[in-house]
Amino acid sequence: MHTAINKYSLVCNATKNMLCGCFKRRSSHFVYHPERISSELGKTSKKNMYQAINSAMDLVLSKDPNSVVFGEDVGFGGVFRCTSGLRERYGEDRVFNTPLCEQGIVGFGIGLAVAGTTAIAEIQFADYMFPALDQLVNEAAKYRYRSGNLFDCGKLTVRTPCSAVGHGGLYHSQSPESFYAHSPGLKIVMPRSAQTAKGLLLSCVRDPNPCIFFEPKIMYRLAVDDVPDDDYELPLGKADVLIEGKDITLIGWGTQVHVLLEVAEIANKDFGISCEVIDLVTILPWDKQTVTKSVKKTGRAIVSHEAPLTGGFGAEISASIQEDCFLHLESPIRRVTGYDTPFPHVFEQFYLPNKWKCLQAIKELINY
Amino acid sequence: MLSSTISANIEESLLQGVNKVNCTSSLDINEPSLNSPVPIFSILNDTGDILSNCKSIIIPENNELIKMYKSMVLLSIMDKILYESQRQGRISFYMTNEGEEAAQIGSAAGLHVNDLVYAQYREAGVLLFRGYTPEKFMNQCFGNVDDLGKGKQMPVHYGSKNHNFVTLSSPLTTQLPQAVGSAYSFKRLKINRCTIVYFGEGAASEGDAHAAFNFASTLDCPIIFFCRNNGYAISTPANEQYRGDGIVSRGPGYGIATIRVDGNDILAVYNAIIKAREYVMNNTRPLILEAMTYRRGHHSTSDDSTAYRSKDEIKEWLDKNPIIRFKRLLEKNNLWNDQNEVEYANETKKQLMQSFTIASKKNKPNWREMFNDVYHEIPDNLLEQMNSLEDHISKYSDHYPKE
Ligand SMILES: Cc1ncc(C[n+]2csc(CCOP(=O)(O)OP(=O)(O)O)c2C)c(N)n1
Ligand SMILES: [Mg+2]
Repeated sequence: MHTAINKYSLVCNATKNMLCGCFKRRSSHFVYHPERISSELGKTSKKNMYQAINSAMDLVLSKDPNSVVFGEDVGFGGVFRCTSGLRERYGEDRVFNTPLCEQGIVGFGIGLAVAGTTAIAEIQFADYMFPALDQLVNEAAKYRYRSGNLFDCGKLTVRTPCSAVGHGGLYHSQSPESFYAHSPGLKIVMPRSAQTAKGLLLSCVRDPNPCIFFEPKIMYRLAVDDVPDDDYELPLGKADVLIEGKDITLIGWGTQVHVLLEVAEIANKDFGISCEVIDLVTILPWDKQTVTKSVKKTGRAIVSHEAPLTGGFGAEISASIQEDCFLHLESPIRRVTGYDTPFPHVFEQFYLPNKWKCLQAIKELINY
Repeated sequence: MLSSTISANIEESLLQGVNKVNCTSSLDINEPSLNSPVPIFSILNDTGDILSNCKSIIIPENNELIKMYKSMVLLSIMDKILYESQRQGRISFYMTNEGEEAAQIGSAAGLHVNDLVYAQYREAGVLLFRGYTPEKFMNQCFGNVDDLGKGKQMPVHYGSKNHNFVTLSSPLTTQLPQAVGSAYSFKRLKINRCTIVYFGEGAASEGDAHAAFNFASTLDCPIIFFCRNNGYAISTPANEQYRGDGIVSRGPGYGIATIRVDGNDILAVYNAIIKAREYVMNNTRPLILEAMTYRRGHHSTSDDSTAYRSKDEIKEWLDKNPIIRFKRLLEKNNLWNDQNEVEYANETKKQLMQSFTIASKKNKPNWREMFNDVYHEIPDNLLEQMNSLEDHISKYSDHYPKE
């Protein structure tokens, strides 16, 4: 054996002793709020988000013999383990690796769907979906419209991990939902929890429109819920009012929902401010009615997302609120978001729209 | 039934899309022949002997040979320290170069220092050989104040203008067409600079690889496409990535010359690069060089490769360790011995640990750096956002790291 390698174990031990902790994994920037057990959906088991997603795909593959799951490294279970065990259970022709090519994955998925096969495609990171932008925006989104409904690719669902994870830097952290939100014809969904992930993914797969399912990757392991074992679908295009309140409406999706839930608790406890918290759930087409109704009641609104401010989906929501709730507003609508910069590695805690930034915004709007 | 057959037409083709071509009366399917794969050029065998039938090869000067060897060892020790430091939570991520030291150092040694390098991420050795110091690598991995990338990117995303090494980007294969553009620029400016672009066999599946090959060929660009075929793209084995004869087989389709080389044989890589460089510069044509090697380590610190490959497979490749192979050659030529090895390894470890300690203690860049370099100048909207963060931090200073 190579001497440089033999000696190495000594160095490692020395390393341990010599160095004080310089890099500490920061704990996550939010507190996970588990879902309540919904008894009407039958027996549940504790699952984290990747297990819940795995369970949804397991159900699809077992019930629909004409369904397939594919993407980069999907065969051995995927880099986030979402597809683990599926190839063993359903065979290599139904759960398989593709060559490393996102435009290929989405184009192939569209073709499967056009031919009548239920296609669940995985793009390894949302940051790497841009090579497939043409297939998603010009093809998937417009298939039905341009063919006079002769052809569609509604059986396609593209799953992809997104959002901040603590140390992902520019290309393992982005929340690109608003790029796709500019494409009528797509449905865009981002779950906030393990429980909602399973029900929403099953809805996306069965919805007769192409769907992009963004999975906040920090929650794969961290989000643990009582997840129903059986098949269940949660509605697309419908926002969830998670906390009812009267002073201000806080709107978010994905991980940010948990930031807002915590902020609502702090605002209530420390300042007696009553926040209504809405998880938008579906970015496209979004549930304007629920948002409008809430803001007409509270008179104030904050939209918060990790993606940059300019052109983020918060801009769309703010504009709509302004149009529909103008006479009910007590203060300007505020966006608390990522900055108009790429997602920076070592500055993540400064970049994110954390609870303190949200809290400051709430106080400013209440005292406006 | 159709009328009589006429003899095959051997007139020059009027077709625009092909060169002189004959017609044929026999309707055949041209199946790809995979029976005669492109051979692998090698110089050293596993015991570190030069194969007897090697003709007109270049052996570097003794001091260059030793520099090459030391760089390989240095790279592998740096890898182990940084890999281990990630395991201990000191840096957030790391990717090792283990098993591919010869491909990296051999190619770096055969290039000119002002040749422009576009890399993927498993090419730290190229930068190291060019004199980018271990301390600089460590500064980048910590994203500290002295990181040339100013803390913006994840660990291993190195770059250095002084070393003609374009800063890495995580999205795969984007560097290929970019490198072709640089090669075209150098050609037009008539400066004697070669461009080399490194990529994995997995990355070669991206659409950008097709774009790059075809642009380089049609626009006559002097560029070396250096494919590190290490058998895996994360968990996906190469045989699920393509069904042709590796990456070299793409050359003919694009009208591009190719060389296939044993990537674990540093002398073979070195000679292949020198020849490739000569070819691309003299002919103003691209060349695809495929280095056959093996990714001995996990894909990255986020990966556990035992989930998808056998221990036996990894062990088999241990015997093909490119460092040991090269060391045997040096030993046989009295250029290196066990004592040299121990002294160099110990000294290197000591120095690297010192660099590591220093890098680990340096501050992070100031948070305002976050708003820098988005544009050449900071636009008003960003200034406004920076000011709002300034105001926010002043009100909530307890919740942010002290400056
Ligand atoms: C566009 C894009 N898709 C996916 C990824 C995720 N990813 C990072 S490395 C990698 C495998 C690359 O394999 P290969 O090109 O063979 O290089 P190796 O790791 O073997 O050196 C993948 C899929 C990425 N970085 N960029
Ligand atoms: Mg590879």
